[in-house]
Amino acid sequence: MAVVERGSTKIWHRRERGKQFAIWAVWLLSTAIFVYCWHLISGKTVWFFVMDAPAQAIDLAARMTPPKWSYMNSLWRPIWDTINIATLGTVIALIIAVPVAFCAALNTTPSVLFVRPVALFIIVSSRSINSLIWALMLVAIVGPGIFAGVIAIGLRSIGFCAKLLYEAIEEIDETQVEAIVATGASGPQKLIYGIVPQVMAAFAGISVFRWDINIRESTVLGLVGAGGIGLQLDASISTLAWTQVSLILLAILATVIVSEWVSAKVRHAII
Amino acid sequence: MLRLEDLGKRYKTGDQALTGINLEVPKGQVMALIGPSGAGKSTLIRCVNRLVEPTAGRAWLDDLELTALGSGALRRARRSMGMIFQEYALVERLSVMENVLSGRLGYVGFWRSFARKFPQSDIDQAFRLLERVGLDHMVDKRADELSGGQRQRVGIARALIQNPEVLLVDEPTASLDPKTSRQIMRLICELCKESNLAAVINIHDVLLAQMFAERIVGLQLGEIVYDGPPNGLTPEVLTQIYGEEDWAATIEAVDDDDNNVEESASGR
Amino acid sequence: MVDSVTTLPGTGRTWSRPPFIKKPWVRWGVWLAVAIYLFVAITSMEVDWSRVIEGLPRGKKFLLAFLPPNFASRWDSIVDGIYESLWMTVTSTVVGIGLSIPIALGAARNLSHPIVYYSCRGIVALSRTFPEIILAIFFVKLFGFGPFAGFLALSIATIGFYAKLLAEDIEDMDAVQAEAVKATGAGWLQWLNYAVQPQVMPRIIGLGMYRFDINFRESAVVGIVGGGGIGATLLTAFDRYEFDSAAAILLVIIGIVMAVEYSSGIIRNHIK
Repeated sequence: MAVVERGSTKIWHRRERGKQFAIWAVWLLSTAIFVYCWHLISGKTVWFFVMDAPAQAIDLAARMTPPKWSYMNSLWRPIWDTINIATLGTVIALIIAVPVAFCAALNTTPSVLFVRPVALFIIVSSRSINSLIWALMLVAIVGPGIFAGVIAIGLRSIGFCAKLLYEAIEEIDETQVEAIVATGASGPQKLIYGIVPQVMAAFAGISVFRWDINIRESTVLGLVGAGGIGLQLDASISTLAWTQVSLILLAILATVIVSEWVSAKVRHAII
Repeated sequence: MLRLEDLGKRYKTGDQALTGINLEVPKGQVMALIGPSGAGKSTLIRCVNRLVEPTAGRAWLDDLELTALGSGALRRARRSMGMIFQEYALVERLSVMENVLSGRLGYVGFWRSFARKFPQSDIDQAFRLLERVGLDHMVDKRADELSGGQRQRVGIARALIQNPEVLLVDEPTASLDPKTSRQIMRLICELCKESNLAAVINIHDVLLAQMFAERIVGLQLGEIVYDGPPNGLTPEVLTQIYGEEDWAATIEAVDDDDNNVEESASGR
Repeated sequence: MVDSVTTLPGTGRTWSRPPFIKKPWVRWGVWLAVAIYLFVAITSMEVDWSRVIEGLPRGKKFLLAFLPPNFASRWDSIVDGIYESLWMTVTSTVVGIGLSIPIALGAARNLSHPIVYYSCRGIVALSRTFPEIILAIFFVKLFGFGPFAGFLALSIATIGFYAKLLAEDIEDMDAVQAEAVKATGAGWLQWLNYAVQPQVMPRIIGLGMYRFDINFRESAVVGIVGGGGIGATLLTAFDRYEFDSAAAILLVIIGIVMAVEYSSGIIRNHIK
């Protein structure tokens, strides 16, 4: 009890003493870890450069303005490629994610012991690895280009979509499914009439959500050679063409804003 | 004493919630505010402690003009107006004790309240009140573990630990069963008598209002249409407040109930 | 019974499921547009199939490299890289969250003045615009190679994520509980401490764990552009086609991500 009776007065503490000490200990430990990590990072930092950074930033900003507007003509194609990478990657991911999700959801999986762990492993490994690393890997295997980008985005998105989808499947209202089974429906019929209608909205939401994220991610895939506007960004930075860099950043910004607007509209339309 | 002068509220949406409310509630009086949903009952009591800003008229607590206060003075004034809410409005993830002590927030500084180091006199009073409402064994339970009636008792203790001069009570029984509703209403009325508090109780259960309040004010479309004793609620008056309905049964039932209550009270 | 149903005279009315899009020409138009888009997009990909086929054996080799992965040959640089990634993750998560909480309070519509609201929303939008890696490129330019640049990039990205979601949670909180505390005459800070904090605490911790997880994954990426962490080691491994080392690094990353996810699940259940 956090209430101590001392004579006739009762003294109240928010927590029992042991628990309070435990909380302090956790705080102390966390602070120590943070300070230690910070110490190690600062040991690897050349503070002279950091002090110099504001001057560098002003210099860089000066070199980046004004954006080289004429360069825009050679950016339309990369933007188109970027959008394609995101869209096709999302489509591929969804096609694979749907069966994986049904295998991973506790209430629809064919086998809890064998199929579910495999599906969960696919989800975890796809999610753990950033699309840029997938791209790095695929560029090494199938060579640079849009194709590697599409596959990278696809592989990265499988885990994300499948995870959200299987959580949605597990949250469905079982009584509705029961009602369908009670009519004498077969397994696939149960799926189509009892489960799919309940997760359809979630599925649509997830697709649009992931597409929006994928647009952002595909803008940088070019940094490792997997196509899209990132290629131009990489080239411009390495040739120190800063006025082009600023234009590319503006183009990325515009693409992201438009995609966010589109996905908000679509989401609004489905829900 | 609480005094409202020509109080009015028009929401930004253009809805006129209250018009020309004139009301005086002396110390120690329990006043029930009845009326259909949307009549402005909630708005009225929230205009008193300015959780809702009135757009016309003035409100006075004794000699203090509530409607003229700046934000700091308003906070100090709120300390003397205890509020009890529909659906209890406890902070669910805080313990019973923390919820009760939150009634003292207006009296202690930020760091003290942050560290939960309230003056021992506050703690003593909290224990006394919890004992009075019958919850002294649940001090360290989290608010979301309590039943509806228990939560409302915590809500009452939170309002009373403020040492208020007036209680503003918003539908205290809306989500409680009939028996608990009566217990809660009785508790509120007793506590008001004990500490000589003025109370404004919003309630849409006419029976309960008649049973416990000594004065009834009927509100319809933001205007006072009845102000008088509980036994003045004739079918005509109820029709005026709520609209056409067969009111005979309601009123009879009240008489029966009153007798029962008196019997059980005298039987104790 | 069944017979009596079938022998009833038909009404002559047919039924088919109403389509999602009512107007037929819009419906077919949408389908056609989708088909055309897919066709154009796929043909404009310009896949170099001979290169892809040439790569297949390499892909096979890469998959085989997982059995067993080679932890030994680059062990030292793997350990260094992972440590550096973890430092960056810890510091950037803590600093990012520290900066995010006040911004989230400002970016919650029910708490703040419109001017504060719009400026905080602006900060959030700004830090969400560019992916971590682009931020990292610029910070490497400004602050030099090493984990400091990565730390800054991840901290800023954390603000865009954390402040946005926390602000949404604050906007969703139960207004009545907040009102009740305000009615006691509590000051603003007291009100935050007694009414807002208890309601959003699970979210603060849950989002923090989630962001820690994301920051670790992203810390593997900022190294590709020189921002410190395991990314640089990974890049070298791929560049030199040392697939067995790359496989080892990927497994370490997956393992840590799983461990973080698992422990955050436990903590989250504990604080509910």
